[in-house]
Amino acid sequence: MSETFFSAAGGGEEVEGIQLLLPAAYDLLFGGISFVLLLLAFWKFILPRAKETLEKRTDSIEGGIARAANQEKEAAALLVQYREQLSDARQEAARIRTQAQAEREEIVLAAKGEAVEAAEAVKLQTSAALSAERGRVVTDLRKEVGDLALELAEKVLGEALTNDAKARAVIDRFISDLESAGGKK
Amino acid sequence: MTRINVIMLIMTAALLIFFFMAFRRPQVVPRGIQNVGEVALDFVRVQIAEEILGHHAKRFTVLLTTMFFIVLAFNITGILPLMHIAANSLIAVPLILGFSAYIAFNYAGIKQHGLKHYLQMNLFPPGVPLPLYLLVTPIEAVSTFIFRPVTLTIRLVANMLAGHMLLVLFYGGANYLLFASDSWLMKPLGVFSFVAGFAFTLFEILVAFLQAYIFTLLTAVYISGAVSEEH
Repeated sequence: MSETFFSAAGGGEEVEGIQLLLPAAYDLLFGGISFVLLLLAFWKFILPRAKETLEKRTDSIEGGIARAANQEKEAAALLVQYREQLSDARQEAARIRTQAQAEREEIVLAAKGEAVEAAEAVKLQTSAALSAERGRVVTDLRKEVGDLALELAEKVLGEALTNDAKARAVIDRFISDLESAGGKK
Repeated sequence: MTRINVIMLIMTAALLIFFFMAFRRPQVVPRGIQNVGEVALDFVRVQIAEEILGHHAKRFTVLLTTMFFIVLAFNITGILPLMHIAANSLIAVPLILGFSAYIAFNYAGIKQHGLKHYLQMNLFPPGVPLPLYLLVTPIEAVSTFIFRPVTLTIRLVANMLAGHMLLVLFYGGANYLLFASDSWLMKPLGVFSFVAGFAFTLFEILVAFLQAYIFTLLTAVYISGAVSEEH
């Protein structure tokens, strides 16, 4: 029984005592080949690849952090700028509003003044026109009354009053006669 | 070529295939097998090399990584189906590795301090009363330059060989007690033996990992002792 156990350990041969501490040549050969192969693989391929990947990752993470910090800074600067612009715009708007209000009042006052002036002018014009008209009407009436009186006198006297001055005198006399006749009545 | 030689080559191929697959097209954002590969490599680089050696770690990471994975792979075959024996239960590979560690830490120390200062540091540690060097120097010489590689090697071989014999004992015992023995009274003992064998199989997984860790860690510690100024 024990023979089968330990034959397994030695790969089919008996290994006992001090022999446990003495390597067989073929084990050294294959063990050495394995060791050298793995050493070369780790040295030339695996570890450099892993290192490269790690460095790339570090780079990209640090780059990402730097980029993020930059963007944050830029965003903060932009925010300050926007706020300034916004408050400028607000002040501007307030200024424009007060200015507009002042202008509006001025305009209203000016318009009122103009309207009053215009009304006055219209009133003056109208009253002048009215008085002129009245004068004209009075003159016309007077002339017409004179003509009527002349006509009447012609008819009454039956003669033509060719001489104006004479006629006028006659008329005046006639009128005064009428007036005196009227006064006698 | 013995069965164990075949196991060595299979495990070497397995390690190579695994790591080549993991880092065939390494991505900045790792996926799948690359994750596993990176965790494995980082364990040795960060937990062992950089932890022990600090800024000296870079030069020795290749050796320590190779040591860790070859020991782990050659140990774990002790519980792998169809293999059932740790390649490190034969002395050849542990001897090669112990010798490599020996060369590595002596090379590191001599390169760091020069041969004379390095020997002086190790054989004549400062602050010892003069007569005591008669005692200290031979002890230091033997322990540093002879026992270190020997203990590294034997610790590994003995652990793996003992594990293998334990498993053989329990499973062989279970087999004998359950099927070969004529007495029915032996059957429960056979069951117990099988359960114990299973428990030790799990234990062997731990031992396989632990021995790989210890071997690599001690090599790193020896290198660290050789390159450091104070001793």
